[in-house]
Amino acid sequence: MPVADTDMAAKLAELDAYIDSLPTKEGKLITVLHKAQDIIGYLPFDAQHHIARRLGVPSSKVYGVVTFYSFFNIKPKGKYKIACCMGTACFVRGAQAIVDEFKKRLSVETGEATKDMLFSLDTIRCVGACGLAPVISVNGKIYGRVAPDDVNKIIEEYMAKDGGSVG
Amino acid sequence: MAKITSNILVDVSGGKDVYNALAKAVSAAGLGKSVQVAAVDGFGVKAEGAVVKVLPSGGYYTGVAPEDADRIVQAAASGEGGSPVPAYTTNVRVALKNVGYIDPASIDDYIATRGYEALGGCLTNNTPQDVIAAVKASGLRGRGGAGFPTGLKWEFAGKSAGDKKYVICNADEGDPGAFMDRSVLEGDPHAVLEAMAICGYAIGADEGVIYCRAEYPLAVARLENAINQAEALGLLGDNILGTGFSFKISINLGAGAFVCGEETALINSIEGQRGEPRLKPPFPAAAGLWMKPSNVNNVETYACVRHIFLNGPEWFAGIGTEKSKGTKVFALAGKINNVGLIEVPMGTTLREIIYDIGGGIRGGKQFKAIQTGGPSGGCIPASLLDLPIDYESLASVGSMMGSGGLIVMDEDDCMVNIARYYLDFTVEESCGKCTPCRIGNMRLLEMLEEITSGKGKPEYINELRELGEVIKDASLCGLGQTAPNPVLSTMHYFMDEYEAHIRDHKCPAGACSALLKYVIDPEKCTGCTLCARNCPVDCIAGERRKTHVIDQERCIKCGTCMAKCRFGAISRV
Repeated sequence: MPVADTDMAAKLAELDAYIDSLPTKEGKLITVLHKAQDIIGYLPFDAQHHIARRLGVPSSKVYGVVTFYSFFNIKPKGKYKIACCMGTACFVRGAQAIVDEFKKRLSVETGEATKDMLFSLDTIRCVGACGLAPVISVNGKIYGRVAPDDVNKIIEEYMAKDGGSVG
Repeated sequence: MAKITSNILVDVSGGKDVYNALAKAVSAAGLGKSVQVAAVDGFGVKAEGAVVKVLPSGGYYTGVAPEDADRIVQAAASGEGGSPVPAYTTNVRVALKNVGYIDPASIDDYIATRGYEALGGCLTNNTPQDVIAAVKASGLRGRGGAGFPTGLKWEFAGKSAGDKKYVICNADEGDPGAFMDRSVLEGDPHAVLEAMAICGYAIGADEGVIYCRAEYPLAVARLENAINQAEALGLLGDNILGTGFSFKISINLGAGAFVCGEETALINSIEGQRGEPRLKPPFPAAAGLWMKPSNVNNVETYACVRHIFLNGPEWFAGIGTEKSKGTKVFALAGKINNVGLIEVPMGTTLREIIYDIGGGIRGGKQFKAIQTGGPSGGCIPASLLDLPIDYESLASVGSMMGSGGLIVMDEDDCMVNIARYYLDFTVEESCGKCTPCRIGNMRLLEMLEEITSGKGKPEYINELRELGEVIKDASLCGLGQTAPNPVLSTMHYFMDEYEAHIRDHKCPAGACSALLKYVIDPEKCTGCTLCARNCPVDCIAGERRKTHVIDQERCIKCGTCMAKCRFGAISRV
């Protein structure tokens, strides 16, 4: 797909400009990966190889770091990223039922995106909003004291925003 | 010129309705020149509804609605209003002193609370040795978990020879259920910067690094802003206050790895590597970041430092218990009425925290256990509620201080399931370097999964205990050394629950769905068909006006039938 290729090339060029602006490349791998994920949305293998070449480190090291940290994604995420907090406070207040409801409604497992790439579902460890437990966030927007019955409403809120229909 | 005579502080963390109503009421009453309304990020624990504090009376209003605005403004204008609320007034604020009270984006606000006075005092009146001696005399210990004496740590780093040294702030708050560091970083970022500069002067470092969770974008933004402001005023950067001491601070983003709370793993992560712990010694004080002498403390520890210099080390040492000095911030959460951050003197009992400050258990249920120390800690039963909280007493009952998460559990929480939850966390977060931690915790988790699904064997009890001890003994870092604590402590205090799961295939708390059965009482069933119509898997059979029966093979134990039944005919056994 040539369109995607030029798109990726432009994104990597933006990343290169960032790498060139760094005063030193030593110890900057994680910093560069953060920037790459900001620009591309995730860290595909092509981008990992590119970063390895630009920083002068083996690709295996880049892959090792990417897979070590939960913040980095190798698979693309949906347009709306649903993150269910599974911190202890949320867990004892029924977070598992919320995750299960999202799985059922979206027909995905955690870590996956829906086929239309509109939603992706993840569990995260404590967003530090324990007073509002159980908590979920959609693209960073926090929803507190969520009940399983609220799940459909939340999904529909974003569907409506996108003008799409269920399914 | 008119003078502001009273202040109304509004907790806007739950929304701005009440703030807007109060601001409107002040201008409607023509009091704009004497009564000031300010938005703050909360006063500590959160109860239902908005909370408003009135100054100078110091009284609180809780559960405030916009309609209450006129009444509150009138009272505030006459210098009165509100009443003391134990949940807020029993707090002794040191680390959280400014949090919620100053505008964290304003260095002027911080300076007005004697900000950077401690740094100025240290640079002009004290030698680095004096500074270290004062921190030692205060008795301050690390607030990140292990409780190592802070002054001693500074002394080690100070004595290490080196042309370059680093001051590191551990802001990788990873315990699920603890959020005090986030609160300090977002609410009082300068307090951390000032303490890091004091530490830099004490140990001879000119560079500081804050390692902050990427999940805390607001904290990062506030820190960046604070660093720029301090540099612009010459309170950070080159030649601070004309004393010749230079200190600059940068921020490094974490990437989501619980083990990076361990100081050597954190250092590896700052260097851009996988966050695997290093073998100690050498300790960071001798060879840390880029193998240079480094001092690592966590956010809350740094937040205490300036108060030690402003009020004197004796003052700090006068708070708390014999071995644990000062205050500790706890994040109170779970099945409790008031949730949020509290700061209490070391030695406060769990009972005081749960019932006086926390307002007791939600829904009038029975207290079962309180979990401290996150995935490294343990569950403490009701019989130990009068335990005074300090580092030693928590360790003596098989738990630990940790970073200060307190999760309250009630009769509906299954302690085996809670142990399984924490093991699930540890298995995912183990870095994989040490075999006992990587594989041993996995085996613990597998046994717990079998027990909670009714497949546990009697010999698991001994195997869990033995393997747990091996993992504690044979792991390199704090993560592995403490990972079995949730299992071992729940086995110690709640063995009856383990036995009920294994021997009777029952979950006494009714939390492990695999061990539950829903049954219909033929005496009470009227045959209304409501349960059958609502069953998501169509496993309830029965004709109209005749007793219904649940097919146990197909039942998914969702509980819908029990919730729908109007005659109380369905029970969980």
